[in-house]
Amino acid sequence: MKTDNVRREREQRPAGRGIRQSMSGLHIWAGLLMGWILYVMYLTGTVSYFKDELSQWMRPELAHQAELPDPALVAQRVADELATIAPGSPQWSMRLPDARTNSVYAFWRLAPGEAGAASGRRSFAEAAFDPATGGKVTARETLGGDFFYRFHFQFHYMPVLWGRWIAGAAAMFMLVAIVSGVITHKKIFIDFFTFRGGKGQRSWFDAHNALSVFGLPFHAMITYTGLVTLMALYMPWGERTAITTQAERQQLTAELNAFIQPGKPSGQAVPLASVADMVRQAQERWGQDAVGRVTATNSGDSTARVAVARGEAGRVSMSPQYMLFDGPTGRLLETREGVGAAAETRGVLYALHLGRFSDAVTRWLYFLVSLMGTAMVGTGLVMWTVKRRQKLADPERPHIGFRIVERLNIASIAGLSVAMTAFLWGNRLLPAGLADRGAWEIHLFFAVWALALAHAVLRPAKTAWIEQLWAATALLALLPVLNAVTTDRPLWHSVAEADWVFAGMDLMCLSLAALHAVLALRTARHRPKPRAVPTKGRGGVIGGALEEGRS
Amino acid sequence: MMPRIGPVRRAAPVASRIVAALFGGYALAALGSVAALALPMSKPQAVLTGMLASFAIYAAAVVWVFAARSALRAWAGLLAAAAPLLLAAWSVW
Repeated sequence: MKTDNVRREREQRPAGRGIRQSMSGLHIWAGLLMGWILYVMYLTGTVSYFKDELSQWMRPELAHQAELPDPALVAQRVADELATIAPGSPQWSMRLPDARTNSVYAFWRLAPGEAGAASGRRSFAEAAFDPATGGKVTARETLGGDFFYRFHFQFHYMPVLWGRWIAGAAAMFMLVAIVSGVITHKKIFIDFFTFRGGKGQRSWFDAHNALSVFGLPFHAMITYTGLVTLMALYMPWGERTAITTQAERQQLTAELNAFIQPGKPSGQAVPLASVADMVRQAQERWGQDAVGRVTATNSGDSTARVAVARGEAGRVSMSPQYMLFDGPTGRLLETREGVGAAAETRGVLYALHLGRFSDAVTRWLYFLVSLMGTAMVGTGLVMWTVKRRQKLADPERPHIGFRIVERLNIASIAGLSVAMTAFLWGNRLLPAGLADRGAWEIHLFFAVWALALAHAVLRPAKTAWIEQLWAATALLALLPVLNAVTTDRPLWHSVAEADWVFAGMDLMCLSLAALHAVLALRTARHRPKPRAVPTKGRGGVIGGALEEGRS
Repeated sequence: MMPRIGPVRRAAPVASRIVAALFGGYALAALGSVAALALPMSKPQAVLTGMLASFAIYAAAVVWVFAARSALRAWAGLLAAAAPLLLAAWSVW
């Protein structure tokens, strides 16, 4: 009888209350379904703010760069080297070194007829170069920090386009979860100052709120801008309708990036004019450290063109700004410094996502707030189980849906910490001469992650949490030791040399080890309360909504 | 007494909303990105504007679909929003 009344009430519910309930449901399910993927994207994306530092740490053979080399000279050295190893390449492009990198990353299109290009399978090659000599670096083969970076939007073991679509779907779910979460939450700012510690579900709820509300502008920004970075893939319809000719396509591309496209080579060999001079002209215009990238097309041919592009330092935009030079003569042909309003909007949003413009302080802020976002997703996932555990008919033998969520939570949260750290262990322990060494580091990451999942399934849930958190603690805490044993750059040495990349990495591992130890201890100490009598009063809408209609 | 409703009749409105959100929402966003071409700006700018705005349209559509009082209203709302966009898109097709 009572249920019937509730039902009737719900059918005639006032609009305000109804919308909070439906938004709460939307928030919970959008968050849960993509929660594990989002957690993984958030955490690997967060560490990618230190992608270049991570890459340096993973190539310990390359010496710490005490002072920045002259970008103009470096550009010339690498251009000379590329002329030798990639003659006839239709296009090459290098990223000049800055304070965060000690090598020059370059990629080039293989010349037509070269092995690989003919079969149509791989048309690009890439390598890291030593800024001091211009030669290819002789460090252990590794993808470095780029693995986490690429993984966070295209995953692995699948075609990149599939991965990017999955990442896009997850980001769209995240956007919906954010909007519905805000609508659900009527007392958003009061709750921000509320924390009821040691109270089980309430504490999880308060933690989730605080993490979400404090970082809300960041979370909303990072989600939307993440979609923007790949928007041409996700929403190609306007482009397909409007852009039909080759000229229109070039017009659009020019609004988006500074990669100039090669024309038809003449076949007449003319060496490239001084690249150093071109970089110097760009430095005069934008500043000493403002040059980001040098791209050349048909280098070594009479039709060669060189574009010297402005980097992201000192401007929050990725929109192309570049000076275009005639290759054989070095004469300045064009300076491009502005794009249309919509293109500039896109450039700013793109730059906000990547945060490459950041100085050290901003970069740390990015990292910390993004880590809070990771914790927001993590607490949300755990809350789903905490809230439902009390309502289980038999807490000893929960239903299959509950068990799946519980075990996936363990493997994707605690297990990911173990796997990511194992990846770094692999970087130090795999033999240097191993064929496909870089790929094996990645296989190791996935193998350890799979083991973590198996462990989470086989052990009792609470034990699995504790053991994996301790495993992560141990791996993180011992990584500085492993580094000291396997390289000649231990922590005391790094501090003495003011090598803050290596010292920072060691200290970061120790801090993260402490964090995992605290989580492990708290989990071990936690005693679930006897089933609580449903209390009246505020539990917030998210907590409260599910109780309604069940009395 | 609870009126007896079969599992299919209970699940159908929810399933309908999920389809409306996932596919109806995307279709509306895609339509919006094409409709942006009718804006008085150059083609590349209009294309980019449409792309940039599309995810906001998508998110708003999903929220609407689950906020509406019934699944039928959810679909009707999507169609109502699609009409002017379709008109704008038609003019540039």
